Amino acid sequence: MARVTKEERKTGIISAALKLFSEKGFYITTIPDIAEKVGMSVGNFYNYFKSKDILAKELVLYISEYIGSQIREINEKEISTEEKIYEIVSMYFNMANEKPEMIEYFLRVYLSNREVFGEGCEGMICVSPFVTEMMIFFNDGVENGDLYDQDFFSAFGLFMGYLGGMVFLFGEKILPEPLENYKESISQNIYNALKAR
Amino acid sequence: MHSKQDKKPTLLWLQGVTCNGNTHSFFNLPYLDTLLEKFELLYHPAIETEYTLADVASCTFSCDVIIFEGTYDPLFQRAGVNLEKILFHYAESAKQIIAAGSCASFGGIFKEVAPQRSSGILFNEEQKSGPLEKYSEKIINLSGCPIHPEWMGYTLSMIVNDQKIFVDELHRPVELYSNLAHHGCTRNEYFEWKVDSKGFGLKEGCLFYEQGCRAPMTHASCNKILWNEVSSKTRIGTPCFGCTEPDFPRKNLFSTKTNMSIPQDVPLGVPKRSYLTMAGIAKTFHIKRLEGKLIDYKTTD
Repeated sequence: MARVTKEERKTGIISAALKLFSEKGFYITTIPDIAEKVGMSVGNFYNYFKSKDILAKELVLYISEYIGSQIREINEKEISTEEKIYEIVSMYFNMANEKPEMIEYFLRVYLSNREVFGEGCEGMICVSPFVTEMMIFFNDGVENGDLYDQDFFSAFGLFMGYLGGMVFLFGEKILPEPLENYKESISQNIYNALKAR
Repeated sequence: MHSKQDKKPTLLWLQGVTCNGNTHSFFNLPYLDTLLEKFELLYHPAIETEYTLADVASCTFSCDVIIFEGTYDPLFQRAGVNLEKILFHYAESAKQIIAAGSCASFGGIFKEVAPQRSSGILFNEEQKSGPLEKYSEKIINLSGCPIHPEWMGYTLSMIVNDQKIFVDELHRPVELYSNLAHHGCTRNEYFEWKVDSKGFGLKEGCLFYEQGCRAPMTHASCNKILWNEVSSKTRIGTPCFGCTEPDFPRKNLFSTKTNMSIPQDVPLGVPKRSYLTMAGIAKTFHIKRLEGKLIDYKTTD
């Protein structure tokens, strides 16, 4: 049997921790819980992450890099801004379906336990890869005349707040339809709200 | 027998369409007299010289070094003679031709008067398609609006000492133009931590985010070789207008072009993604010393 590398082990911990934190909550989940889920000793766990807080911060960066790389692929496509909006919405909703722990973690752990993320993860530090790609998206949209030139955070809040809200409703099982069915109308709403006037 | 005095290179200061800004700026060179003594000045628009403008326009003599100031417009006349005829006559035999200022280098502000036919002497904005293209080898562009007197001082000193002047792709001396105007700016710490200036003329804050400062994208040594040996525009709180670059003059010089708060242009050679990542993180931190007046800050704060 092939030996598991240290990097693969680390990814295993990240994946297990994401699931546990987003299902049980940050404070209830313990390091022994995570170690047990990946099948390693608690002592060995500390070889990978020195504390639960450090792991928590790494997870935000991990999710941010993942979403950032997905948006970057979309940004680099030769398609209209309207199509890019649809692709970003689709990517986000697909992620909510296929990797719900990522968005759940972001909404339920990162945004709800600010005290954990104060030092070393404040402001843009842990979310920079994702926010930077959204900056590129908006910059390109204005530069090619598709989007209305306005304050970045007004536009960012409208776009990501909307998506986050929908995924939250989906997670709460309030949405009557599957997320998939909202892609078209939500993309259209975002485009209509942001397009050049 | 010729004396050493007779071997001085001859110098001719010609003007196209100009505001005389470079003429006046050059007068601020601290060692102007010493430098000019090394040349035989045939004609200068503001110094008493051997020849008059009418003599120059008659095209009956030649010179070693031409300093050309102003935009080239072939139909513009000096002493009743078309500029085209005058410039070509002297360019033919000159050993070096210096374009003084952005108008002579790239077209500049006065190109706006007759944009179809006007240009710099070697470049039309970024295109190397000016009238003196065939004399390309001997042309040195000293862009700037106006030129820094020291830049002209350096160039003439190099010429009179038979030193080769290495130039960039826009024919500007690399010694003077490989730096950015940003280098040496006293506001660099504010740039690093992304702290905006709250207005013009203040000591505190960076002018890049709102006030239109082009220093991180502009080749110039304004903050390395100071103006009047004491200061620079950015040091006293006025944005750099990017006056040494071929796209000068730009519009809205006092405001930064942004797309959804994101600067359209970022520092030269820095990928926008990298810049935004770095800027976003730097903005996260609040450095108290950089947020107030410098003189009010106490180390005990």
